[in-house]
Amino acid sequence: MVPNVALAAETTPDQAPVPDARAVRLKVGNEDWIMRGVLAAIGLYLIVAIVLPLYALLSKGFQDRDGNFTGLDNFTEFFTTPALSQSVANSLTVSLISTVIVVSLAFVYAYALTRSCMAFKSLFKGIALIPILMPSLLPAISLIFMFGKQGFLTFLLFGNEIYGPIGIVMGEVIFVFPHVLMIILIAMSMSDGRLYEAAQSLGAGPVRTFFTVTLPGIRYGLVSSGFVAFTLIITDFGVPKVIGGQYNVLATDVYKQVIGRQDFEMGAVVSMVLLVPAIIAFAADRILQRKQVAILTARSVPYAPKPSPRFDAIMTAFCGLVGIVIVGILGVAMFASVVKFWPYNLSLTFANYDFSLRDGGGWDAYFNSVRMASWTAVIGTCIIFTGAYLVEKSKGFVAGRAIIQFLAMMPMAVPGLSLGLAYIFFFNDPNNPLGFLYHTLPILVICTITHFYTVSHLTAITALKQIDGEFESVSASLKVPFYKTFWRVTVPICVPAILDISMYLFVNAMTTVSAVVFLYSPDTALASVAVLNMDDAGEQASAAAMGMMIVLTAGGARLLHALLTRGLARRTQAWRKR
Amino acid sequence: MADAAYLKVENLTKKFGDFTALKDISLEVLEGEFICFLGPSGCGKTTLLRAIAGLDIQTHGRVEQGGRDISGLPPLERDFGIVFQSYALFPNLTVYKNVAYGLENRKTPKPEIQARVRELLESVGLTDQEDKYPAQLSGGQQQRVALSRALATKPGLLLLDEPLSALDAKVRVRLRREIKELQLKLGITTIMVTHDQEEALTMADRIVVMNEGVIEQIGTPQDIYSRPVNPFVADFIGTMNFLTGAAAGNGRVRLGDIELAATDGPDGIKEGNAVTICIRPEDVATRGVTLDTANAVQTVVETLEFLGSFYRATLRVQDSGKTAIRADFSINLVRDLDISEGQEFTVALPSDHIRVYGEIFAHADDLT
Repeated sequence: MVPNVALAAETTPDQAPVPDARAVRLKVGNEDWIMRGVLAAIGLYLIVAIVLPLYALLSKGFQDRDGNFTGLDNFTEFFTTPALSQSVANSLTVSLISTVIVVSLAFVYAYALTRSCMAFKSLFKGIALIPILMPSLLPAISLIFMFGKQGFLTFLLFGNEIYGPIGIVMGEVIFVFPHVLMIILIAMSMSDGRLYEAAQSLGAGPVRTFFTVTLPGIRYGLVSSGFVAFTLIITDFGVPKVIGGQYNVLATDVYKQVIGRQDFEMGAVVSMVLLVPAIIAFAADRILQRKQVAILTARSVPYAPKPSPRFDAIMTAFCGLVGIVIVGILGVAMFASVVKFWPYNLSLTFANYDFSLRDGGGWDAYFNSVRMASWTAVIGTCIIFTGAYLVEKSKGFVAGRAIIQFLAMMPMAVPGLSLGLAYIFFFNDPNNPLGFLYHTLPILVICTITHFYTVSHLTAITALKQIDGEFESVSASLKVPFYKTFWRVTVPICVPAILDISMYLFVNAMTTVSAVVFLYSPDTALASVAVLNMDDAGEQASAAAMGMMIVLTAGGARLLHALLTRGLARRTQAWRKR
Repeated sequence: MADAAYLKVENLTKKFGDFTALKDISLEVLEGEFICFLGPSGCGKTTLLRAIAGLDIQTHGRVEQGGRDISGLPPLERDFGIVFQSYALFPNLTVYKNVAYGLENRKTPKPEIQARVRELLESVGLTDQEDKYPAQLSGGQQQRVALSRALATKPGLLLLDEPLSALDAKVRVRLRREIKELQLKLGITTIMVTHDQEEALTMADRIVVMNEGVIEQIGTPQDIYSRPVNPFVADFIGTMNFLTGAAAGNGRVRLGDIELAATDGPDGIKEGNAVTICIRPEDVATRGVTLDTANAVQTVVETLEFLGSFYRATLRVQDSGKTAIRADFSINLVRDLDISEGQEFTVALPSDHIRVYGEIFAHADDLT
């Protein structure tokens, strides 16, 4: 794989491969070699971290236990096993229902935040983002405390069980809500205020304006958020694992096939089936994003809502309701983690935080998680930002840059469970010289960086695109090699984006379960996995306690990030234009 | 100004895929000369500048600077300073640090750096601004910092890529003069890309007029303005009347029923063939013109447009051709002769200001 990248480096930039005797041969200077070397190293990393494992996963799906090629046999088996194919129907059902609900809720919530004059907007925005700090297991555990057999709200279900589709839908809606809200918020805040003025001056009422201006303006964002929600839900494993009961979905099937039945081949098949919606959603999202950009112009005027007491009150009530649910979920988890025995003995105790008595790895798991998340944030940010810089700013080496850009987009289309399983197949292969990484902390770091590579990469690219494209040219004319300018100019300018990326990586590394659940060892147990295992062992209170530790840590990281960002903004306001 | 060519561009071609941005460009720049690449957007002038800098290497062709073949060298190994339209100042570094950026990398001793930076900032009048960040400066000041930074390392060649087009009109005029003075003082060979003809005419020693990837004409500003080699150059620079006529042989052309003498006559064009007759509005002679004056034309003033410092008149020739000619009249003239719309007026088209081209040139806003 390496020679391929190196080969691509040989072709002269911007030049058709037609041989031409007079063609100028560009002398490749030292700094070009450094640039190409780093780019090739990042390409190599991505090949090892995503391409080869994916290949291992895909080929496993067409093999039997002994590694013989069996064609589509595994798939035939999958679709003819009623229990398994039922999971497809189940997955689609809950994912579709949850998607419709969460997009509707998030739409109204975003509408309230952008188009009303209600009070406490930033508070409501902050509350809505709380679920990002939780592993998806935690809202499900809270729901059980609320609606389970001993729940204090169980009567609200009118005899229905929380274990099953109802619980999954509720859990997923809460888990995915912030992600969907952010996409719709961005779409809404980009709308052009002049269109509203035009509609008003032409005599359109609020309803007509809504359908002719608001909705068309955000339709791409809305559809895109639907795709994102659907993918997150169908590939999520935490919620159905905790609250799904006997209701099987694809994500839990992968886990059961691999961990329960040790049937890796069938696990590979299920996770490949899981790839399909993810890839479709990914492709659709890319296309829509491109269109979304096209409707914006530089002259757009931001929309400024006017106060309307009745409308604002309705919106406040709606957001208040959603906010109470989210805060409630967090509050219940916190409360359950500090009482002796829910719901019978509600005296306060920290006994549940004594993880040494429980399954899952104890406090070591928590510190492993913090270590893993820190390494992921530091190393991941370095790799991703450097890669994005070279893709965006280097000259020449066109093929190499295009390959890196493509590889960087791939992880987005791969669900965590599939990625984790792919890592087993690739790194656990006795012939793999990298096999020594298996069951170590570094493999968890590599896997997590890869899992969250794409969003971070896009964040970095966006930041880099805003920088003057001629810095590298100026630097070359002053005989300063590009890496010095990278360090002295580009990085300082991009510190806000760099902080964003590292915060994103840290929080996700703390909360993620899906990919790492296949990769930890007794020595490298993680907090999020501990939540899973304690819940499995019936230790819900301790699971909630560990979940709270994750929320507090992720929340602490966010707070630190906010303080750093604000401090930085103050220190650099002299040179940053507002 | 030495006579040796400092920069030689030979048969330079640049292709982007199937599109040829530069076709076989050859050019010599003398040491200490100020050259302007002038042309409409998309003519390849910036591409040529970037090829000379090594920022976007040419597909084929040679570039030689100071006797050294630099055709395939990366920018880092060439010798030039560059100022971009966006200035590309490092926003997180102070003015001082920006200017010192190239010097610091060369391990120049600190006092020397300081002296050089101060000297440069003084020469562009920014001595008291050295601790400010670029965002705290005006556009014109940023421009000066970018220029100082480009000159700090004493490059042999200064490249300016539309350096003034982001500025407002008054600042632009002042900076035009400042850059030119600085260039003369330092004697540095300079190439400036611009689409602004006024900039090129006021600053350049020689102008390279480009269009669609080829050089249309190279010459001094006076040359290019008064003796454009083809209708494109005639049209691109200044204002020009394009009148359709016919060759009448022997240094003469026919415009409608009128025969005119033309010093740069239609040599080599067969009598009776269609030609384009060009004359600039300000070259239309008015004072002391009678019907006996050479190349006199009887016209009626059709419109008289007030443009501040002068009037632009549309004159309708009183013959069967009814050709319309634009002419610039000074405020004085209009007052003295009491010119008004609808009035008959005899003008002359002096033979030494008439340019004749053997091709028909249809101008977008041609008068009819």
